[in-house]
Amino acid sequence: MRGSLKITPNAAYALHEIQTPTGTAVREYLSRSGKVFAVAWQGPWLPDLKQLLGPYFAQYRQAVQTPKAHTGHSPISIRQSNLVVQQTGHMRAFAGRAYLTDQLPSGVTAESIR
Amino acid sequence: MILNSMTRNPIPSAAMCHHAEFPASSRLVALAALAATAFLLTSCGGSSSSSPKNTIVTSGSNVQSIAVNAGPGGNYANGVFTTVTVCLPSSSTCQTIDGILVDTGSYGLRLLSSSGGGALTLSLPQQSNASGNPIGECAPFVDSVTWGPVVTADIQISGEQASSVPTQVIDPTFAALPADCQNFGVPEQDTLQTLGANGILGIGPFLQDCGGACAGTGPNNPGLYYSCVTTTCQITPEAIAQQVANPVGSFTTDNNGVIVELPAVTAPQVSIAGSLVFGIGTQSNNTVGSVSMFPINANAEFTTTYGGQAYAGFIDSGSNGLFFLDSATTSLPVCGDETDFYCPASTTNLSATDSSSGGASETVNFTVDNADALFSDQAAFVFPSLAGPNPGTFDWGLPFFFGRNVFTAINGRSTPAGAGPYWAF
Repeated sequence: MRGSLKITPNAAYALHEIQTPTGTAVREYLSRSGKVFAVAWQGPWLPDLKQLLGPYFAQYRQAVQTPKAHTGHSPISIRQSNLVVQQTGHMRAFAGRAYLTDQLPSGVTAESIR
Repeated sequence: MILNSMTRNPIPSAAMCHHAEFPASSRLVALAALAATAFLLTSCGGSSSSSPKNTIVTSGSNVQSIAVNAGPGGNYANGVFTTVTVCLPSSSTCQTIDGILVDTGSYGLRLLSSSGGGALTLSLPQQSNASGNPIGECAPFVDSVTWGPVVTADIQISGEQASSVPTQVIDPTFAALPADCQNFGVPEQDTLQTLGANGILGIGPFLQDCGGACAGTGPNNPGLYYSCVTTTCQITPEAIAQQVANPVGSFTTDNNGVIVELPAVTAPQVSIAGSLVFGIGTQSNNTVGSVSMFPINANAEFTTTYGGQAYAGFIDSGSNGLFFLDSATTSLPVCGDETDFYCPASTTNLSATDSSSGGASETVNFTVDNADALFSDQAAFVFPSLAGPNPGTFDWGLPFFFGRNVFTAINGRSTPAGAGPYWAF
């Protein structure tokens, strides 16, 4: 992904912040062993989630297309045993996050991923 | 980069210059940039009623009937629908289409083609670029994209008229969905079954669905508009004047915003009726009265405070519930089957406070019921207490509109209460 990068080390993980050319900011959370366990995004446009989610994109696509009891537009809140993907906002302003539930470092909560 | 268990690939050094600051609370920080104006509106006087902020007007050339019901797909929960007439530009060849979702969270009219099971059969003229190639659009919503050609239509709603408005036709038989559009991740909604409507009437506080970003070239272009040759489409710059536009902004009168007026609802219903009123302070039936005003930022957001903590908030008639925060913060469990809704053990009454920088502050009381229990009533499609999670954010969806007249003022347009963009209620 293209963009300017800022790296912030943290006791439990490293935070990589990427400002993409379209104005949507992406954050990726890396464990101390260098594995990405979460990503978050915020900005006027949807990011390339295929790139962000990598091998989990297909799982997400399948989950997000599962028909619901009623039709209706709502934020996305997908919770599977290994993967959580949530997206909020509206046209011209979106934010979201995805994380691997079994790979959150000790002491890191979902609330800190945003 | 990708989300996986592998060591990440290094980002090219050329990309590592000039980091733009992205504080964790950037959405809230952005609110500090709001222009300060007057907020508590006491001019003009409201109509007399036991609830002066929720008098529903039913007559006037600027008044359009709306209804919350199951919609044309027969299965929509908390969808508010209306009827729109589209015509070939400068002609009397028109088609009137009902079952159009009224959405204050988007911008522009989108009509589902009959090839997708929608009602549109009128062949509206295709918009083309300077090379004569047809223009298509991948329009992003929070949970879906709509894909299809950009056309030009004259639009009539109530007594209001707009000429030659760029409009989208949602058409699954248009060119193949581009990879960049699919990679937004959200599914394409191009059938009556998935969209649940014959179209979407986007009448939010901005004039276009993109703005300056889509007029540019190169990597800064977010990829909404495409130039298509046979069945292959590529991202293309789209001038602002050509972009799919909020029809209200193009009306010849009453073009500074809208008021959505729906009655109070205390229990699930089959349907309710209300009005969509065009213009703010332009007629005797759309005065601002004593409503509170909330200027909004460039993200069309204000601040919602819950439990002493400030969050980004927005009002959106196109969201079908009240979507806010998470189970850890609210103590409301999500449903076991549909994790986008809350399923508390019993009816839960909550409150939060909406405010904007230098503006009004208003406490909103709301109720959350168990979504599984609500949906067990197969005949009901109006749910005032339908809610779900939305971490870090308050999305005041359609239930917020029940019992409130909600004003949406368009960016840059003047009203007696000041210039848009703002919400007032």
